[in-house]
Amino acid sequence: MSMEELFHPLQEPMILAAAISIVVGAVVVVAGLTYFKKWGYFYKNWLSTVDHKKIGIMYIAVALLMLFRGGIDALLMRAQTAVPDNGLLDAQHYNEIFTTHGLIMILFMAMPFVIGLMNIVIPLQIGARDVAFPRLNAVSFWAFAAGCGLLNLSFIIGGSPDAGWTAYFPLASTDFSPTVGNNYYSLALQLSGIGTLLTGVNFITTIFKMRAPGMTLMKMPMFSWSILITNVIIVFAFPVLTVALALMMLDRQFGTKFFAMTDGGMDMLWANLFWVWGHPEVYIVILPAFGIFSEVIATFARKNLYGYKSMVMSMVVISLLSFLVWAHHFYTMGHGVMVNSVFSITTMAIAVPTGVKMFNWLLTMRHGKIQFTTPMLYALGFIPIFTIGGVTGVMLAMASADYQYHNTMFLVAHFHYVLIPGTVFGVLAGYHFWWPKMFGFRLNEKLGKAGFWFIAISFNVTFFPLFILGLDGYARRMYTYSASTGYGPLNMLSFIGALGLAVGFALICYNIYYSWKHMPRNEKADVWDGRSLEWATHSPVPEYNFAVVPTVSRLDEFWFAKKEGRDITAGKIEKIHMPNNTGTPFWTSGFLFLAAFFAVFSLWIPAIISMLAVFGFMAHRSFEDDHGRYISVEEIMETEKSLRGDK
Amino acid sequence: MNKKLSLMFLAFGAIAILSGCEPLTVFNPKGPNAQTLSNTIILSIITMAVILLVVYVLFTFMLTKYRASKAPADYEPPHEEGSHVLEITWTVIPIIIVAFLAIVTVKSTSTVETTPEGYDNKEPLVIYAASSNWKWHFSYPEQGIETVNYVNIPTDRPIEFKLYSFGPITSFWIPQLAGQKYAMSDMLTTIHLAADEVGSFMGRNSNFNGRGFAEMEFEAQSMTQADFDQWVKDVKANEKPLTEEKFKELLAAEHVGRSSYSSTHLDFSPAPMAHGDMDMGGMDHSDMDMSDEDMNHEDMDHSTDAESTHSH
Amino acid sequence: MKIDSSLPLEYSTEENRLKIFGFWIFLGAEIMLFATLFAVYFTLHTRTGSGPDGAEIFELTPVLLETFLLLASSFTIGLGVHAMRLGNKKAMMTFFIITLILGLGFLGIEIDEFFTYVHEGATITTSAFLSSLMTLLGTHGAHVTFGFFWGVAILIQVARRGLNPQTANKAFIFSLYWHFLDVVWIFIFSFVYLKGLIS
Repeated sequence: MSMEELFHPLQEPMILAAAISIVVGAVVVVAGLTYFKKWGYFYKNWLSTVDHKKIGIMYIAVALLMLFRGGIDALLMRAQTAVPDNGLLDAQHYNEIFTTHGLIMILFMAMPFVIGLMNIVIPLQIGARDVAFPRLNAVSFWAFAAGCGLLNLSFIIGGSPDAGWTAYFPLASTDFSPTVGNNYYSLALQLSGIGTLLTGVNFITTIFKMRAPGMTLMKMPMFSWSILITNVIIVFAFPVLTVALALMMLDRQFGTKFFAMTDGGMDMLWANLFWVWGHPEVYIVILPAFGIFSEVIATFARKNLYGYKSMVMSMVVISLLSFLVWAHHFYTMGHGVMVNSVFSITTMAIAVPTGVKMFNWLLTMRHGKIQFTTPMLYALGFIPIFTIGGVTGVMLAMASADYQYHNTMFLVAHFHYVLIPGTVFGVLAGYHFWWPKMFGFRLNEKLGKAGFWFIAISFNVTFFPLFILGLDGYARRMYTYSASTGYGPLNMLSFIGALGLAVGFALICYNIYYSWKHMPRNEKADVWDGRSLEWATHSPVPEYNFAVVPTVSRLDEFWFAKKEGRDITAGKIEKIHMPNNTGTPFWTSGFLFLAAFFAVFSLWIPAIISMLAVFGFMAHRSFEDDHGRYISVEEIMETEKSLRGDK
Repeated sequence: MNKKLSLMFLAFGAIAILSGCEPLTVFNPKGPNAQTLSNTIILSIITMAVILLVVYVLFTFMLTKYRASKAPADYEPPHEEGSHVLEITWTVIPIIIVAFLAIVTVKSTSTVETTPEGYDNKEPLVIYAASSNWKWHFSYPEQGIETVNYVNIPTDRPIEFKLYSFGPITSFWIPQLAGQKYAMSDMLTTIHLAADEVGSFMGRNSNFNGRGFAEMEFEAQSMTQADFDQWVKDVKANEKPLTEEKFKELLAAEHVGRSSYSSTHLDFSPAPMAHGDMDMGGMDHSDMDMSDEDMNHEDMDHSTDAESTHSH
Repeated sequence: MKIDSSLPLEYSTEENRLKIFGFWIFLGAEIMLFATLFAVYFTLHTRTGSGPDGAEIFELTPVLLETFLLLASSFTIGLGVHAMRLGNKKAMMTFFIITLILGLGFLGIEIDEFFTYVHEGATITTSAFLSSLMTLLGTHGAHVTFGFFWGVAILIQVARRGLNPQTANKAFIFSLYWHFLDVVWIFIFSFVYLKGLIS
């Protein structure tokens, strides 16, 4: 491939501008780190950390960055379609943008946001000092970051994938997508998928094996339950993606015939494999949000979560059903009435446990004392708005009706109505809720509330018109439409809503800066008068989480202990064993990134050499005899004393 | 909270009204299958609206009655484990609703996947609709003619569109007459429809298939049987037959206007077998794949490659 | 680190128990991986294009040999773990070495099998059937290859550091992996080769 082909995307002025700003940004960061002599600190405390809290913060930082990028993609799309026959973006560019928008928002924004919160909160909520496999946890993050970095590189070098985030074959084959864009797809997603799979193994082990003494599974906070179930889905769903992406790479780069149009290939097979992973994937991003809402609603209604057992059961049922519905993503593939009927029924069935959860949240609020804090606003906004997404989901589940909805803006509206009021509101609620625990100061309430209102209202202005457009015959993924269709006015309304969303998200970002500058530090540990164990330790949390691991005898032990005037963290301090930091996960993932990058361009020798380096690091890790270190009792007592002003 | 909610509802209402005086396409059916789907969708909207109402009423009630600002300062919310009765209620009622909708779904899906009621006395008119990037080829084996990017059908007669693709998966969709279905390269799918009245309807590919996707529209026109027969006569008399060479040219082109031919491409480029036939004679099927798929496949390679290097 | 000497070495610390539990979860993911590959194979195995089908290329002798070698290696690694439990480092290492040699033999025959197919004109790009066959077999073979190097690394560590909770834990987890690959092979033998040769 010539240099010209490699860098062809830069011929587009917008892409060139974006590329320049990224390079400038990177230079500023590097220059800053060098000038302030922070490389050592950066490497020791962040690049080589195995602390779940720091890893969680890194995940969320990447997620916010990707929210920004995915959001720009969205604004560009809405701007292009705001008026008919618009020339802002040509078809190729638009196709690349909606492809990357989907990939980034789901895999590089929603997933890391959820996994980041999972990392920070779970060990604290279950009263553990760490996750089961701290070094594996670091590998998870860096493999994810490598995949994320690789995909983001595509729009500068070689070209973005452009066959949709679903990359259906034969469109995504080299016959119809000859550029390397979809090679980036198969390899970047593979890398980050490995990270996610390892997270699944890590958190299932952590939650099953490392809960505080006395905390049986049915005495665990609801967020922890949601994460346990989510990680079980991850372990069973991600390997399917692993295979699908490998077959995609083999077809595209080695000429195999899995999804080919000749020699017995079956293009439908890709769609099936993708969605067998793809549907559980959306439950992976929504169940943690459900868990967060359970925590937030109970905390700010100052009342226990209604129907604990039902709430657990409903999530288990949802996770099981999530593997039985995948064909509803392609009812129109011509597989007949019987198959479509079965999948319609399984799909509609998921509405039942979801409804159960809605009613339990509502009943939690009954007889409560509802405080309208920012996290609570997100949880409250979720209830009415997500329900629209849910009921339109039931509508889409009806196969016959879907023959009219499929591939239209009605579908686009539905999934945004579940993803944004569901996942995005959930992570924003969690983010505002647990921010003081992470950093020791609160985010500003006024800015937080303003952000919420901009987002909640603008969201509906952006996406509700799309239901109507879809019913009017407006298909999705169209870079333009003619004026005679009459789709103009509602598209313009949607664009205005998108601008409002941009303002809302900008307010959220500004809130970080403003709060960092102005909000008082040394916020007390139990900022919200919380119910679960994470509120029992200091804010920010010391490295070892709890000086003394609390003993638990019931759900919401911390809440009851407070009522009874008991200090749940009282006890004898003993030396604490902690794992050492290690740079191996970072370096291993760096070489994985290189291997994948070379593979994108079919440079197999450099790719193999990079993989040998990866194996080298793995061998090094195997031969390592690092048993961690102990934090002495004196050191713990010192730390506790200095942090105790918070309590 | 209340004021903002009612503002939102007002906004929705406005949008709904402002979106146009003419009914939305899906609610403007011109054929029995589209009518069935329209009815099904409206029924589901009403059902879902009832559910939304229940949730919104409960939600509003909880927020207005139990807000902290309204409660006495020393009010301590009680500990409420749950209620078996309520759990059963809000599990069973949704199951009933889902069961109801499931029955509606199975019935309506079977209905639209067969010859429409009231049209089953006539022999269906079979038309092959094949997609190539980025156009539609309509072959009428009964009449022995072919059209590109437009299709004419008679009213009063059931139509069976046999769908397939010379390339990426596409989705054949004439929303005012029927739901859509995928057209794929290795098998044939079928759409049953009929037109109740004379008219011109928008048709398009709704499954993204690359750069020219947005322009992949066609016109479906229904006319009386007499007009249809006359039109067929005209095509047979005035249009040239479709040669293999011309067809290859059409396949290779990206966007073409309308054209008509007095023979079909099915003679020299047969369609893939229907789904049910695939398991029999696996070898033959793949032979067919290779002969027509390879041929077209090569042509399309060139056009896509050429285009992609040019546009970048 | 607290060592519970009433438990076998590989289970004797908290960290060890966590690692074994975590590895079982990982095996669950591996089961899904191979299940997906089997599903792909069963979907595509009659789609032979212009190429050969299974009955035309499968040869029973090498397949039986592969099966014997792999099954025997599962037996020998079982003996190795048993020796490890008895604290017999030398016997454990001997059995592990035999296991790896048997694995190497398996790989040798499989590589020869692939070369034969290619020589006969049945390559991974010939048809969907062959793509799925070779990917399934190849993935299993790649796992065995990785296992070989992993096993060697563990042997070196046991040789140098002796049998302690860490090395015992690694060896045990490796044995779980090895047994898993054997189970996958049994499915391959039955549902790919035997079924292909019978029908």
